[in-house]
Amino acid sequence: LSVNKAHISKLHPCMSLTPFNCTREMSVLQEISQNVRSIKQLEYAVLARRANQIQKELSQGVRKPYKELIDVCWGDPHSMDVKPLTFVRQVLAACVYPELMSSHKLPLDVRQRAQWLLGRCDGGSVGSYLAPTGIPEIVQRMSESIRSRDGGVPCNPDNIFISPGSQWSLTNIIQVLVNNEAPLRTGILTPVPCHVTTIMSIKSLGAAVIPYFLSEEHGWALQVEELQRALESAKGGCNPVALYVINPGNPAGYVQSRKSIQEVIQFASEKRLFLLADEVYQDCVYGKNSEFVSYKRVLAEMGPPFSDTVELASFHSVSKGFMGECGLRGGYVELVNLDPNVVKYIFNLICKDSTTPVLAHFAMDLMMNPPRPGDPSYPLYNQVRNATAHEVVNSLPGFSCQPVEGGAFVFPRVFLPPRAIQKAKEEGMQPDTFYCMRLLEEMGVLVSPGCEYGQKEGTYHIRFCIMASQDIIDQVLKRLTTFHTKFMKDFS
Amino acid sequence: YSLNGVPCRGKVLTVDNMNPNVKRVEYAVRGPIVQRAVQIEKELREGVKKPFTEVIKANIGDAHAMGQKPITFLRQVLALCSYPELLEDNKFPEDAKKRAQRILGACGGHSIGAYSASQGIECVRQDVARYIEKRDGGIPSNPDNIYLSTGASDAIVTMLKLLVCGEGRDRTGVMISIPQYPLYSAALADLGAVQISYYLDEEKCWSLDVAELRRALNAARQHCNPRVLCIINPGNPTGQVQSRQCIEDVIRFAKEEHLFLMADEVYQDNVYAEGCKFHSFKKVLFEMGPEYSSTVEMASFHSTSKCYMGECGFRGGYMEVINMDPEVKTQLTKLVSVRLCPPVPGQALLDLVVNPPQPDEPSYITFMKERTAVLSALAEKARLTEQTFNAVPGITCNPVQGAMYTFPRITLPEKAIDKAKEEGKVPDMYYCMRLLEEEGICLVPGSGFGQREGTFHFRMTILPPTEKLKVVLQKIRDFHVRFTQEFS
Repeated sequence: LSVNKAHISKLHPCMSLTPFNCTREMSVLQEISQNVRSIKQLEYAVLARRANQIQKELSQGVRKPYKELIDVCWGDPHSMDVKPLTFVRQVLAACVYPELMSSHKLPLDVRQRAQWLLGRCDGGSVGSYLAPTGIPEIVQRMSESIRSRDGGVPCNPDNIFISPGSQWSLTNIIQVLVNNEAPLRTGILTPVPCHVTTIMSIKSLGAAVIPYFLSEEHGWALQVEELQRALESAKGGCNPVALYVINPGNPAGYVQSRKSIQEVIQFASEKRLFLLADEVYQDCVYGKNSEFVSYKRVLAEMGPPFSDTVELASFHSVSKGFMGECGLRGGYVELVNLDPNVVKYIFNLICKDSTTPVLAHFAMDLMMNPPRPGDPSYPLYNQVRNATAHEVVNSLPGFSCQPVEGGAFVFPRVFLPPRAIQKAKEEGMQPDTFYCMRLLEEMGVLVSPGCEYGQKEGTYHIRFCIMASQDIIDQVLKRLTTFHTKFMKDFS
Repeated sequence: YSLNGVPCRGKVLTVDNMNPNVKRVEYAVRGPIVQRAVQIEKELREGVKKPFTEVIKANIGDAHAMGQKPITFLRQVLALCSYPELLEDNKFPEDAKKRAQRILGACGGHSIGAYSASQGIECVRQDVARYIEKRDGGIPSNPDNIYLSTGASDAIVTMLKLLVCGEGRDRTGVMISIPQYPLYSAALADLGAVQISYYLDEEKCWSLDVAELRRALNAARQHCNPRVLCIINPGNPTGQVQSRQCIEDVIRFAKEEHLFLMADEVYQDNVYAEGCKFHSFKKVLFEMGPEYSSTVEMASFHSTSKCYMGECGFRGGYMEVINMDPEVKTQLTKLVSVRLCPPVPGQALLDLVVNPPQPDEPSYITFMKERTAVLSALAEKARLTEQTFNAVPGITCNPVQGAMYTFPRITLPEKAIDKAKEEGKVPDMYYCMRLLEEEGICLVPGSGFGQREGTFHFRMTILPPTEKLKVVLQKIRDFHVRFTQEFS
């Protein structure tokens, strides 16, 4: 945490790799944004480089204990063999190439939806620009869907702003919150562990991350005392303006209870913090006793004064859930209780950006208005999902895994033997990165280390994605089990 | 205090404590006049009587919105990528299927719904590099220097984010043309960078004069640290296509003054005027020899939104960085990963644009026919527009050499300027608002793009279908005559 001061960061010309540079004047680009420099290089980069090498070796016929690499680092269901939803892809194809609707055996509901969506586009083409706030009829339907999700809590479509993904929206809102002309740097309370893109967004805007630790022993619960401690620690170092929560969690797979959400809202209200609620995994809930309830709904049900004062931005996207359409780049933010004058400026900011792809916006409609019982596409659409991967991992000695109630990942704690930690130090790696590197080399499975996300000092974790085909999950668990047993033995 | 004794508090996020830079952001292309146009459309739908039955939105460079048809081949491949079951369908040509299979093969899980690498799908970047090499007569292009993006705007903003730094007198200054495409001024305001305006010469067909660049730069050195020079070629809103000599002069200037060049070339296929040719900055740079080609640092931008495709809604684009310091490239690569990746359908579309049907392929004939039709229609409309406007007393119009817009200069009577002042409007905004209310035609006032003090302009797109364009031109002509008479 530092006082707000921008530095010009200059590299010595001879540090660049091209020898030619040493004899000429300093490159124009040696001076670049300090905010960009402050974004940490990912641990993943080191693992990815090795993974690429291994991939090359495999394709050259080099013999290894495995035939192919499995990358379960990212929350990217399609790349892990989860199939796209037929209804979604049929509608998108028909919108892209409307000739399909006349000459094809597409189900009636597909054709009707495609026609309705295309009819809302300027010039009847998905190639025209979207209005910055989206197609009014689609956003209207989105708002109705949100209202229905929240048991009738009203949703004003004017407060919904679409974007090419939830991180894009988050960056925009944080940008509005960050005041680089204020005497103290803007600070945002962020969970530990937290997925990397949020941290990168905060840093890239010149804001400070104020970490608050989730309590692993309590199922990664968010504890108000810890929020309080974090807030105290920021005093004098930066100006805390917002509290970022992610529910269901990433990397930790918790789903917050209603009570927990209420406590967070009360805290935000008391301490005058803007609430940033990242809810992209709202459709990924597995725990038998867990239920997703939105921050907006809990806020509304708490009644005044909270319900009409606490300022909230909630984020969702088409990347997760049953659709898993990460590559389309579609998301939105819903703003609650913001000053209308501020919202005007947010609108201006978004106008300049205006970059949501039309297909992504359509995907939002498909996600929030899926086929209903009785529709021709309904039987195929419905999917059941369960997550038992964490039970398998938890059963391995040396692992301890909190129940995965929601989200896309398993984030088990691995109790690394002191000899392994020592070896890691010798190799100049974080202990959990070392574990991941070994897993990659010996078993061809790519997972990410807990140090990527932050964790309590002296603890180590790994994260891997379970929004994958059953086949892939089975393979990962098999290989991980074999590897882990051997690793723990070798370093005991 | 409210009724039940609970203290009323102000908002946490207010206009006073929010990011001051965000308050300075304006984007004329979608500004107040467009908002009024949307309102009028709503009124028309509700049955309110007006002197016109539809609003013609000639404010934004959106070809499909104005009725331009998509290119068949592009949409076929994209449909195949969206729903690969269609690969079984024999109604799709073999070359379309081949392209789709190649693209899907490069996607995670063979799906366009998987994240791609942040820099973009590798085989697409390779194809883009090959396209650039072919376009530039064989000058090598390295796929590692290609960054795919969410439209060209995204790449432009990313570069600016990377470059803008420093405080006070050291704050980065960025040179942009007046008139300019307002994304630049908006982005600079957003980033708190210093805008350094250089004027294009209206008398000389909006050409760029190095003396003017020098003037602007020297003045700017007093209060900021100038490091970037932006140029749009072919130009927006002005439509000029810079001569090769001019491009060389700009490159020379950038080298002398130690500036990073940002060359916005999204309209590179939109060149109409006799004797005009698109010269890519990179090609000229390399033809100037190693003294320049190994030192001048540059980024050039392209997109799928313009040219003959007009696929604005897909958000496809790229930038090529040249002579970028490897350390800085690492930072750039890091920065683009914050947004995860560009939209995959847009990347697929870009791949097709740089890798179109070849003469020996089944889709070639139809593809070329459609492409030629779009570009020749634009050329015809460019000519028609210039001709029509120049025949109106009080309107002078430079030739629309390229891009998709006309930016005519309008003479406004003193009384009209006074009336505008009374209404608290900038004179050309007042003019355009009147045109909108009376004729249902939405243009963007020149003040949104920048212009010399005391001059007034508007920007109109040449995208409406020819017959409709003729009507629009005639209505503007009649309006201008009426308006001039009213305030004489």
